[in-house]
Amino acid sequence: MIQCPKCHAQMHTYNRNGVQIEQCSGCRGIFLDYGELESLTRLESQWAQQAPPAPPAPQAYPAAPAPQAYPAAQAPAWGAPHQGGHYGGHHRQKSFGRMLFSS
Amino acid sequence: MTTTPVVRALGELAHGSAHAGPTACACPAPEVLADRPDGTVVRSGRVVAKAHAADSEVPALTARLSLAASPRLAGILLPPLPAPAGPPGTAEGRTVSLWPYGAPVDPTDPGAAPWEDAAALLARLHRTPPPHPLPPMRGPVKAARAVARMCAARPGDPATGPVLAAWRGLPGWARAEHPVPGPRDGFLCHGDLHLGQLVRHPAEHGPWLLIDIDDTGLGDPAWDLARPAAWYAAGLLPPAIWLRFLDTYRAAGGPAVRPEGDPWPELDVAARALTVQTAALALAKSTAEDRSPDEVEQLMIDACVRIASLPPELAPEHAS
Repeated sequence: MIQCPKCHAQMHTYNRNGVQIEQCSGCRGIFLDYGELESLTRLESQWAQQAPPAPPAPQAYPAAPAPQAYPAAQAPAWGAPHQGGHYGGHHRQKSFGRMLFSS
Repeated sequence: MTTTPVVRALGELAHGSAHAGPTACACPAPEVLADRPDGTVVRSGRVVAKAHAADSEVPALTARLSLAASPRLAGILLPPLPAPAGPPGTAEGRTVSLWPYGAPVDPTDPGAAPWEDAAALLARLHRTPPPHPLPPMRGPVKAARAVARMCAARPGDPATGPVLAAWRGLPGWARAEHPVPGPRDGFLCHGDLHLGQLVRHPAEHGPWLLIDIDDTGLGDPAWDLARPAAWYAAGLLPPAIWLRFLDTYRAAGGPAVRPEGDPWPELDVAARALTVQTAALALAKSTAEDRSPDEVEQLMIDACVRIASLPPELAPEHAS
C-alpha cells in the first residue's frame, strides 16, 4: 500500500478506463505512474472526438460556450471504484427500485 | 390477505371520515398501503388512516403531528386532517392519525422520480425555523436498530463482520449514543427520506409534499441527503441523478452542505451510517427470506467493506 507523499494517508488503487491510478483516501490527491497521464490524455481526446457537434447558436446572441460533459461528481474515499451509473439488468433494476422506496 | 384488527379499525376510521353523511355507500373496500410494525396505513377514498408504531412516545408523536399541521410547514409537509379535540385516537393501543390521500411516486419508473422536488422540499424544510420544541430526528436510532436487527438475524455470522466494522468506525452521535455535536444540530429534518416519502396532493396532479413524520425532528440535515448519497457512493444511483438532486438542493439554499465544492466533508458520516443501515437490513431481510443478498444489496455490503478498510484516522470525526 502506497503512502501519500503529501499527507501520509493510505492511497487506494482505482481503475479508470483501464488506467490504474492511486488516490489518497485523506487529501484525495492522485498519483499517476509513468505513462498514465498520457493514457488519460489519449482517452480524453478520443472522448472529445466522439462528442456530438455543438448545436448552432441562435443568431443575434454571442456564441454559447462549447458544450461540456456533465461535471464529474465528487465521491467519498470509500465510493465504488466503478461509478456504474447505470441501472443494470432487469433484476438489478427491480431490486434497486425496491431499495429506493424502503426505509 | 388476512385482515388484522388494526387494519379493520383503520379501514373503518378512514371510511367514516371519507364518507360523511347517511347516503348509500358505494365506496370500494379499504386498501392497505402498508402494514409493518412501524406503521400500518389504510386508505378509503380520499382519506388515509395510519396506526403509528406501538412503541411511539405519545408526546413526541404529538409534537411531530403538530409540526406537520403548522402553517409554517405548508407546502413542505403534508398536513394531517384536523383531529377532534382531546387525546389522539388509538387502534389496538397504537396512536392513529388521519391524512388526506396523496398520489405516490410511480414505483415502476424510478428514473422519472421527482428528485429535484425532493431536493427543493428538503432545502425548504431544513431552512425552516422549528415552530415549537421537537424531539431529535430519529435517523441514528433507526441505523442502530437496523444493526441490532442484523445481529439478531445472523448472530456471529462472518458476513456481518464488515457491516459491524463500518458501524464501529462511526462517531457516537451517528450511532445514537450521544447528541449531535454543536452547529450541525437543531435543523428541522425529515429523518427517513426515500422515494416512498413523497406524494402529490391533491392527487394526482398537486404539488409534491413530504409525508411520514414519525422520524422527523431536530438534527443534522445531512442525514436527509445521506440515503441518495449512499446509493450514489455505492455505484447504484447514476452520477447524473445524484448531481440533479444535490445541485437542486444547493440552488434552493439548503444548509446541509457547503454551497459549492466538495459536499462530502458534510455528507460522509451520515452517508456511511445509511450505507451500514441499508446493508444491515439487507442481511436481516435476506436471512428472513432464506436467500443470499441480491446484486444490489451486495453493492451496499461491498461499500461497508471499503468503509471498514479506511484507516480510522482519516475519518473526519473520531469515533468516540
